[in-house]
Amino acid sequence: MTTWLKERSELGVSAVLAVLGVVVLVDALRIHTDFAQRGPVGPKAVPVVVGVGLLVVAVLLARDVLRGGRGEAEGGEDVDLTAPADWRTVLLLCGAFLANAALIGVVGFPISGAVLFWGAAYALGSRHFVRDPLIAAGMAVVTFLVFNNLLGVPLPGGPLMGVL
Amino acid sequence: MFDQLMGGFATALTPTHLALAALGVLLGTAIGVLPGIGPAMAVALLLPVTYGLEPTGAFIMFAGIYYGGMFGGSTTSILLNTPGESAAVVAAIDGNPMARKGRGAQALAAAAIGHFVGGIIGTTMLVLLAPTVAKYAVDIGAPDFFAIMVLAFIAVTSVLGASRVRGFASLLIGLAIGLVGLDEMTGQQRMTFGSLHLADGIDVVIVAVALFAVGESLWVAAHLRRNVSEAIPVGRPWLGRSDLERAWKPWLRGPFIGFPFGAIPAGGAEIPTFLSYVAEKRLAGKHRDEFGKGAIEGVAGPEATASASAAGTLVSMLTLGLPTTAVAAVMLAAFQQYGIQPGPLLFQRESSLVWGLIASLFIGLTLLLVLNLPLAPLWAKLLRIPRPYLYAGILFFASVGAYAVNADVFDLLVMFVIGVLGFVMRRYGLPVLPAIIGVILGPAAEQQMRRALQLSDGDLSGLVNTPFSIVVYVVIAVLLFFPLIRKAIAPKKPTTPSAPVREEV
Repeated sequence: MTTWLKERSELGVSAVLAVLGVVVLVDALRIHTDFAQRGPVGPKAVPVVVGVGLLVVAVLLARDVLRGGRGEAEGGEDVDLTAPADWRTVLLLCGAFLANAALIGVVGFPISGAVLFWGAAYALGSRHFVRDPLIAAGMAVVTFLVFNNLLGVPLPGGPLMGVL
Repeated sequence: MFDQLMGGFATALTPTHLALAALGVLLGTAIGVLPGIGPAMAVALLLPVTYGLEPTGAFIMFAGIYYGGMFGGSTTSILLNTPGESAAVVAAIDGNPMARKGRGAQALAAAAIGHFVGGIIGTTMLVLLAPTVAKYAVDIGAPDFFAIMVLAFIAVTSVLGASRVRGFASLLIGLAIGLVGLDEMTGQQRMTFGSLHLADGIDVVIVAVALFAVGESLWVAAHLRRNVSEAIPVGRPWLGRSDLERAWKPWLRGPFIGFPFGAIPAGGAEIPTFLSYVAEKRLAGKHRDEFGKGAIEGVAGPEATASASAAGTLVSMLTLGLPTTAVAAVMLAAFQQYGIQPGPLLFQRESSLVWGLIASLFIGLTLLLVLNLPLAPLWAKLLRIPRPYLYAGILFFASVGAYAVNADVFDLLVMFVIGVLGFVMRRYGLPVLPAIIGVILGPAAEQQMRRALQLSDGDLSGLVNTPFSIVVYVVIAVLLFFPLIRKAIAPKKPTTPSAPVREEV
């Protein structure tokens, strides 16, 4: 049973599409159209079409998978599809990304961006414990200065930039 | 028109704008040459750089990024045998063997000059054609626009990619994301789940960067190749007399194949570059045996074709607001960022901006040639960047870009969720481009449809009451039923498993 499911894990994509379809439909049916509607077609029509379309595609995809069809995983120069998926790397990378999101408002971009870069490089297997943090810090500070001061795109400086 | 173009040059040739164009070319090439980054991702990642600029300066820089990114892609293709973008797939067939034989410098020169010639011819055609198209397009109405957008949806899901159901799944995901926010006509909340952050909708730039950059980084992380292939070192590009004699005709032929294909929603440069390759092989005469082993015609022709097709995509993007490639989709998002809506009225309302943009396409191409030929050995060094730094950098700049849109942490979380979606799509072979097109064109298509039905008072015939829209729907029907027709004509043709061409964006 588990191997059967494992070989057909793409059914999960079907499930996601179906859930998304239901969400879109439920949300559409909740819209009040009795007021403010201009023209014969209100704000409900397109969401209903999209929701139904998602459900139909979910069924068609499931049928395709059960008949042996498989979506082709994307290859690439840095992608080795013969190796099994490396979930540890993926999770560490997600962690680095979310760390930036959590920290940026608190400590500012120069620090949170450095954490993101170093964390991501570490996750991907870089183990230079002097070079990596130096590059990360340099990238973060230079990017902050270029965007914030040179290009006029504001980024949060945080306490570090308050000191400098 | 000539006056307007000259006015455009006057706008583009001020020192500031010239510097911006040069900076755009350099940044675009530098990012585009990095392995794993195609022109669309390069353009999406560099978009925040232009946020602080006024629109004209931003688009002039953008034009440079655009052509730089395209050229960077073919450099990767030739020196690493890994096409940086679908348009450069063909260039790798002969470009990489040339590089391996020690003729990498000639291959790069053929590509660079091909890009220049193709771009100049393509942009000239754009100058001649776009105002005329815009003039006619002013008269086409809501039903016609809706029909064209449906055509774009169908073309992007049916013409490209191996599996239609997966293409449609991707398109519908994009349309669903496009629904988020306030309904433009009634102000009703849709898919916002009561969140104020979502009431403004999800910014297209965030969706694009999430699907391209974050999805790609996560996907590569799951299957990172530990032993990377070596890039071939290269000297300064140059062409000898015999090479020039072989290359000049393909340079001139390519644009005439590329431009028309770029202008119609048929998936950008993929088909025309292939056609150009086949044509050059036919016409090569005594050099035909060299094809596949390093024929310079096989690099020169397709590269000129790709560049001209990029100019062609600008025709439909600027005059109809219709993006046909991932790069054009990101560019459209950039226009929307400044509250400018490309379409038939763009040439009237934003005349100086459009002509400044077109003039800077010419300038960008010239700068590309002047800067990139001498800098090629340096660009080649970028191919050796350690992969952990490369993908860490992609995530880093993706975060900067997403945050810069609204200075809101919420956007980073949205980007993460959509990035995970992009990962799943890569794992299960769902193409990314239909989703992007869905997000960008979905809301516009809905407006046009509702406007058309408003005029017809709800009668569905209001969608097909113009000759133009009927023609478009016939084309759509042919596209949709083409596999059935083909099956009926050749019932016993064995389906050859086509080699998976990586659609890198």
